[in-house]
Amino acid sequence: MALTVDNLTEWINSFAQKVNDQKDYLSELDTPIGDGDHGNNMARGVKAVQESLENKKPAELTDAFKQIAMALISKVGGASGPLYGTAFLEMAKKSKDTTDLGELFAAANAGIKKRGGAQVGDKTMVDVWEPLSDQLAQGSLAQEDIDKAVNGTRGLVAKKGRASYLGDRSVGHLDPGAMSSGYLFTALIETEGIL
Amino acid sequence: MTLGITIVSHVPEIAEGLPKLLKQVAADVPLTFAGGTDDGDIGTSMEKISQAFTDNSADEILAFYDLGSAKMNLEMAQEMSDKTIHLYDTALIESAYTAASLLQADVPLNDIEEQLKPLKIK
Repeated sequence: MALTVDNLTEWINSFAQKVNDQKDYLSELDTPIGDGDHGNNMARGVKAVQESLENKKPAELTDAFKQIAMALISKVGGASGPLYGTAFLEMAKKSKDTTDLGELFAAANAGIKKRGGAQVGDKTMVDVWEPLSDQLAQGSLAQEDIDKAVNGTRGLVAKKGRASYLGDRSVGHLDPGAMSSGYLFTALIETEGIL
Repeated sequence: MTLGITIVSHVPEIAEGLPKLLKQVAADVPLTFAGGTDDGDIGTSMEKISQAFTDNSADEILAFYDLGSAKMNLEMAQEMSDKTIHLYDTALIESAYTAASLLQADVPLNDIEEQLKPLKIK
């Protein structure tokens, strides 16, 4: 099983579908601890990604990752744009050498951490990307791993972004970026032929 | 080597308004700004920031921003720019005003940065 332009496109379309279906929920999660726009921002981003992939079918995996990255960077608007964009840009760079999912996701996770300055435990998307990238490197990833990582952000105190202004008051809320990242990983394991 | 300033804000009116204040003390300092998303909504745009760097007639730029995600887009634009971009985690209005007035007085960058230090808040 390996990543190809076709199953990458299928994966991303599935992610886009989940973001659109859960748009209001993502914004709802973002309301008590953020600025309430995560769902709309991500929906705008994935729409741009889908348009980009439709208008110009990428020849190589690297082109596909790059197109996804640029669409997210230019269209999302909030912090998720540069963070998701950097993740896919790092995968684009890495995909020149390998299509190994573990290595691609490790590069993406390192990019997110560098861009946003967050570490594990800061109540961000890193709390999903890091453990799940490790799982992928070990060759197994199940929905329960994804749920565990996403739900794990509920008890954490936010250290980054707008949620960090709330300090202890952020405890009890799921991190919206962790949730949308969870959808990306769910879409990945649901897409036939990648894992 | 000329030095200029670029202002980045989530709000188009803030990005556009602050240079008006700066021009009062820095009529000759190259000033550009980037505010809001590509659609003019609240947020920041890497493309708008890159354009503001390009449009600035200076070849070395001091960049000031308002909040978190503006910094991430600034850093991406910085990585893609041919110019030398200095990024400051300082109070936006106060530090841009300080830098602008000192640049107008031809104060060297090192001294400007020394004066910006106490304004670091993020």
